[in-house]
Amino acid sequence: MTELGRYDIVIVGGGILGAASALRLRAGGMKPIVIEKDEMGQGASGVNAGTLSLQIKRVKLMPYALRGHQRWEHMGRAVGFRKTGGYTLAFNEREATLLEERMALKRDAGAPIELVSMKSLAAAEPRLCSAVVAASYCSEDGYANASLTGQYYRRALREADIPVLENSEVLNIQRTNSEYHIESSLGTLVGQRILLACGAWLPSVAALLEVDLPVQVRVNTLSVTERSPELFSNVIGHATGLLTMKQKSNGTILIGGGWQGRGHPSEGRGQVVAQSLLTNLRLAQYAVPALSALRIVRSWTGFEANVPDYYPLAGALPGLPDAYVLGCVRGGYTIGPYIAQLMGDLILGRAPELPLFDPDRSYDCA
Amino acid sequence: MSPNSTHSHIYDIAVLGAGPAGIAAAIQASQQQCEVLLIDEQPQAGGQIWRAKSDSIISAPATPESINADESRQVLATSGITHSCNSRVWHFEKQANDIWILYLVTNGQSSQIQCRALILATGAYERVFPVPGWTLPGVLGLAGATSMFKEYQTLHGSHTLVCGTGPLVFYVASEILRLGGSISAVVTLNSRLDWLQALPGMLGRPALLRRGFAWMLELKRRGVPVHWAHAVHSISGSSAVENVNIIPVDRTWAWRREVKLNSIATDSVCMGQGLLPSIEAARLAGVATRYDASLGGWIPDVETDTSTSVSGLYVCGDGAGILGVDVAQIQGKIAGLTASNFVKQQEPEKPSSLMKFLLYKFAKLKNFGLAMTRLSIPRDGQLKIISPETIICRCEDVTYAELQSLLQRGATTATALKSESRAGMGPCGGKFCMEMVLRLTAKELGQPISELKPPSVRPPLRPVALEAITGDFQYDDLPIPKSAPL
Repeated sequence: MTELGRYDIVIVGGGILGAASALRLRAGGMKPIVIEKDEMGQGASGVNAGTLSLQIKRVKLMPYALRGHQRWEHMGRAVGFRKTGGYTLAFNEREATLLEERMALKRDAGAPIELVSMKSLAAAEPRLCSAVVAASYCSEDGYANASLTGQYYRRALREADIPVLENSEVLNIQRTNSEYHIESSLGTLVGQRILLACGAWLPSVAALLEVDLPVQVRVNTLSVTERSPELFSNVIGHATGLLTMKQKSNGTILIGGGWQGRGHPSEGRGQVVAQSLLTNLRLAQYAVPALSALRIVRSWTGFEANVPDYYPLAGALPGLPDAYVLGCVRGGYTIGPYIAQLMGDLILGRAPELPLFDPDRSYDCA
Repeated sequence: MSPNSTHSHIYDIAVLGAGPAGIAAAIQASQQQCEVLLIDEQPQAGGQIWRAKSDSIISAPATPESINADESRQVLATSGITHSCNSRVWHFEKQANDIWILYLVTNGQSSQIQCRALILATGAYERVFPVPGWTLPGVLGLAGATSMFKEYQTLHGSHTLVCGTGPLVFYVASEILRLGGSISAVVTLNSRLDWLQALPGMLGRPALLRRGFAWMLELKRRGVPVHWAHAVHSISGSSAVENVNIIPVDRTWAWRREVKLNSIATDSVCMGQGLLPSIEAARLAGVATRYDASLGGWIPDVETDTSTSVSGLYVCGDGAGILGVDVAQIQGKIAGLTASNFVKQQEPEKPSSLMKFLLYKFAKLKNFGLAMTRLSIPRDGQLKIISPETIICRCEDVTYAELQSLLQRGATTATALKSESRAGMGPCGGKFCMEMVLRLTAKELGQPISELKPPSVRPPLRPVALEAITGDFQYDDLPIPKSAPL
């Protein structure tokens, strides 16, 4: 097998986590390479809804999300960043209670979230459903365009002089003479260290190192409408977190919320499940009745990896020297660029600004 | 007739598409005592080639197409087949019990039907090779024009330039003359030699050959200029078509630059370069595809008995490879038989005499279809001449220059190109542009097109309004699971 070069670290996965880690490691003086089985940013990093909303972030991850937002704002136009503000809606008393409880905790964690009156909501977003009984607002919320992820990081890596091996699937990993030999469909890479950052494909790649990661995969559904005159200008969410909606600058409306499709990463891309999609669309149409006349142009799915406690895997791979894992970051699109910097710092032997999430923990559900 | 969408009802077979292949499949399956549902988008059965005149047209002179079409519709009407017209399937799934569930919108109303076997007879759409000005008002596809002629008996201009490849160029020209229009010129990339080479394949169908000669004679009699081995260089006009610039081409369809452009004044254009199999439904079902230029491009992997790698799913007609109406009907019958055997769980050890006969006919008629399709196989020279400002994706206004720059910056697949440029993300879902995007990708990367992979197919198969599929619902009845973790 062709040897394709020796590197300080081989990063498996060309999404946000892998690419942003590579940038941090390069800036810290290491020589990394990124290996990706498809193309840069075509997995979860490229097919997610691009929502940058603090209102849907987990309380314990809020400090990370706040810093993640800053990174996206900094990337700006190249990733289609827009800070629109966001409203989260409750349609009945049960949801209103949930909204108030949850938003209070998130506010305490540092997110500038406030509860708003129905009058001010109606003034800001006159086309929302009249059945809203409670709503919260966060001025920091917005979105970026996930389809631009691959393009953005491909250029960033090139400018930082970091090699990328695309369309190259990892087939085998051996550790000999204190080095990792990563055998791929295009040849073998040798790394002093290895970082697994391959999202939903983490379990299968970790298995090559005989590490068992308790990763589950969710198959999230997203839909986009045809272009429409402006129906709303903020990012719209639902108290349960099961709806996210934004109208992009080209007039199309992106509808998500984590409704489940079908499939597994080992069987190619996932499939849309009609009944699940329909509930998602009904919820969206209920929130903004004018959506009813718009045509859905495309629905698709993306794989989101999680561990049972829904906190990130970010740290050393248990039982192996110089091997690391980064993934399963709930809200990973928002938090990714920041937590990858922390990961880079850890590997560089620096103290991360915020604590990471040791993969060698107990995963009892919180 | 509206389909039976009650939860407990299961059709033996549903056929998607009521063109020649779908009609033949439905009738054959019905003759095998299967309960058949035939689903089609149009108000009347017939597909594109047998498209019915609109009800607003009181009478129209008979043509060979309309005679065949009326006969088929007659047979269909007395067959006992449920024909759900004005119906779109926007998604379908195979359930855990192996029964298919189809999600329909019929006259704006949503419904679900179930079936044991599904026959896809989804036909084709046309390949229009983009040139500067092809998005101007007054430009129609060749096949698009024929549907307008058949349904509304009307023309879209008074002086029309007809251009492209294959027999459709001459058929459209003859139809324009028949309907009282005038032709500014016929421009075809094919040379007389191309047609001469197609002759052996056509000899088996003397009636069709005679018809072709009649078209040619009529053009000659009317003094219509025919430019063989010529390409459209560009179409110009301030707000609609005014001029078409044409240029001679070599054997690879590249321009012969030493020759001056010939500008032809015209108020309308019909252009097309053959047909592309409509394979979205087959791909959505998980059938693998491969590239075969001789059959029109990307085609699903289909066995001669029309079965696929997905159990209970059959593909026939142009959607399995562009072979024309006669083959489509034979293949439809084959699909009807094969699917019936599957439903009745009586897959014979050896083919029945009827199946043998159909397979024989299929093999015989195939040559004519192949000869016609061959005339439209894209040639490399034509790709060399696309100018950077040419719009490739007309839904999203993506130019060749934009695609080129993304490829030069490192995109290596059509999937990446799609997400990065938005080509193929508009309402047509890439049906118009994706083949061209793939050709340009292959050219820029120096790879054979057969090695590229078209981007995934996603529902809905056609854009659908939310209200058409969400239907009536109560908020409190929405099955909202437990909230995301705090």
